[in-house]
Amino acid sequence: MSEEVLFQLKGVSKNFVKGKETISIFESLNMEIDCGDFVAIMGPSGSGKTTLLNMLGGVDQPSGGEVWFDSERIDSLSEGALTQWRARNIGFIFQFYNLMPMLNAQRNVELPLLLTNLSKSQRRHNVETALALVGLSDRAKHMPSEMSGGQQQRVAIARAIVSDPKLILCDEPTGDLDRATADEILEMLQLLNRDHGKTIVMVTHDPAAAKYANRTLHLDKGQFVQREIVA
Amino acid sequence: MSDFYLIYKNMTRKPLRLFLTCFAIFIAFLIFGAVTSLKSALNSSVELSADNRLVVFNRINFTQTLPIAYVQKVAAVDGVKNVTHLNWFGGYYQEPSRQVVSMAVDPESYLKVYEEIVVPEDQKQAWFNNRQGALVGEKLAEIYAWKIGDRIPLSSNIFTHNDGGYTWELVVSGIFKGDTEQYDTRQLLLHYKYFMETQTFGNDWIGWMALTTDDPAINETVAKTIDDNFANSQSETDTSTEKAFNKAFIEQIGNIGLIIFSVVFTAFFTILVVVGNTMALTIRERTGEIAVLKTLGFSSTRIFRMVLSESLLIAFVGGLSGLAAAWLLVEGVKTFLARFLPNLILGGDIALQAILFMLLLGLITGLMPAFQALRLNIVTAFNRQQ
Repeated sequence: MSEEVLFQLKGVSKNFVKGKETISIFESLNMEIDCGDFVAIMGPSGSGKTTLLNMLGGVDQPSGGEVWFDSERIDSLSEGALTQWRARNIGFIFQFYNLMPMLNAQRNVELPLLLTNLSKSQRRHNVETALALVGLSDRAKHMPSEMSGGQQQRVAIARAIVSDPKLILCDEPTGDLDRATADEILEMLQLLNRDHGKTIVMVTHDPAAAKYANRTLHLDKGQFVQREIVA
Repeated sequence: MSDFYLIYKNMTRKPLRLFLTCFAIFIAFLIFGAVTSLKSALNSSVELSADNRLVVFNRINFTQTLPIAYVQKVAAVDGVKNVTHLNWFGGYYQEPSRQVVSMAVDPESYLKVYEEIVVPEDQKQAWFNNRQGALVGEKLAEIYAWKIGDRIPLSSNIFTHNDGGYTWELVVSGIFKGDTEQYDTRQLLLHYKYFMETQTFGNDWIGWMALTTDDPAINETVAKTIDDNFANSQSETDTSTEKAFNKAFIEQIGNIGLIIFSVVFTAFFTILVVVGNTMALTIRERTGEIAVLKTLGFSSTRIFRMVLSESLLIAFVGGLSGLAAAWLLVEGVKTFLARFLPNLILGGDIALQAILFMLLLGLITGLMPAFQALRLNIVTAFNRQQ
């Protein structure tokens, strides 16, 4: 694992205003993610796991503190700049796959490449490579409704890696899958981390899923309560 | 794949809904195209009337006659440029059902007052010099395949010929066009003198007069002077602009403008509500997908454009097909209605108006959902989805 720090949270806080009440999710949260790391974040419901993931992905902004990515401070970026930053650096994998139902697998995987300047043939090549990597070359023309949950999640993984992002964020990627399929997906994430050097942050409820990560962080009431090195 | 492909796939993902939405718009523009063409046809005589042309009728009503001596008196009024007189002939060709708009006129003064009539000089002279000559409009000549030199029997459903019959023999001396496409050339003009000499209704009377003034600004003064001159005489006159007369004539069959406005406005408002509601529903259903696109890095403005484009595309697909159907309808019925509405066409101005309405419809129905998509917060959208 490389020693270079990819992500750094310095004294990050996050508050929500609900009516007249201000609810604090985090207070002075500090965290570092190294390049090539595979981190699992666990914690009970409402502990702030998804909020943390959203902040790492630049879809939510902290109320205070600093968020650094690859020597660039991203918490002060405008919405537009943050959108571009996400397109360049982050791949997302969701619990419910979130594929576009009207597009086939190939077109779904191609979506992030519409944000690049790649030519049509380059895009096709990248899509074919990504689908081959997740073992779905033969399903390229299938619609999401014609695929199983595991296959849909593999399409989502292909979509997350097709533009070669530095960081892949996974929100309960196996939460909607059976054990065997979940293991296949987790092995695939592990392979992406180990063989392709992808940095992965995964939010999960499942201790068995967390075991595939290099380390697990436990979040409770807005604080990391325990740090455990798994692998 | 491009943004257009995404828009197309989004648009066509629920074919029945798309069909119904487009059909609603189709109906709206079919109504708009057909009804506006009808209105335009009814108003064409008003629109084509010269600004400086006045008509002088008997004050009792326009079917009553005037003495021909009035023509010279009107010509002497200050501000009158040219004056002519007309008699309604009530003609038909061969069968009473084949009506021909025909008038007995004084050829030389008529062409000075109706300058929009275009006749080749040799044909004009031929008409002037032949008392039995008739000047025939291009469209009318086309309908009955009349050529210059043809002898045509024209009957009247009002007057009797002094030979005891109802038919006048005329010679086609010339064929005229209008200076604009809309000018109605389904009419025939015959010599007043020939008509007077051969009919049995008495002499030296005319149906009405038409005149041009030196300037449209003096129309009112000229009209008042003419009517004052003939006040308290046996045949009092009523002078008005040709535009006002034609407009009043059309309004006898109802306030067309109000009817059209009401129908089109009601149809449009209904369609607007239906399409707007459908678009809003569509975008609401896609909240999660829009959030995913934003998460992947699609900018808010790009998504705004895509949603708005979808709405515009639906408006144009439905609208243009409705307009095309209206055009087919108008083309289909215009032959049957030619006698009553000679200028029934769906012209470029109506098409342009319709296209502007399509643009407006697309913008109004698309803007709200597009703004919803623009302002969609990713976190809120995902929370709503769970």
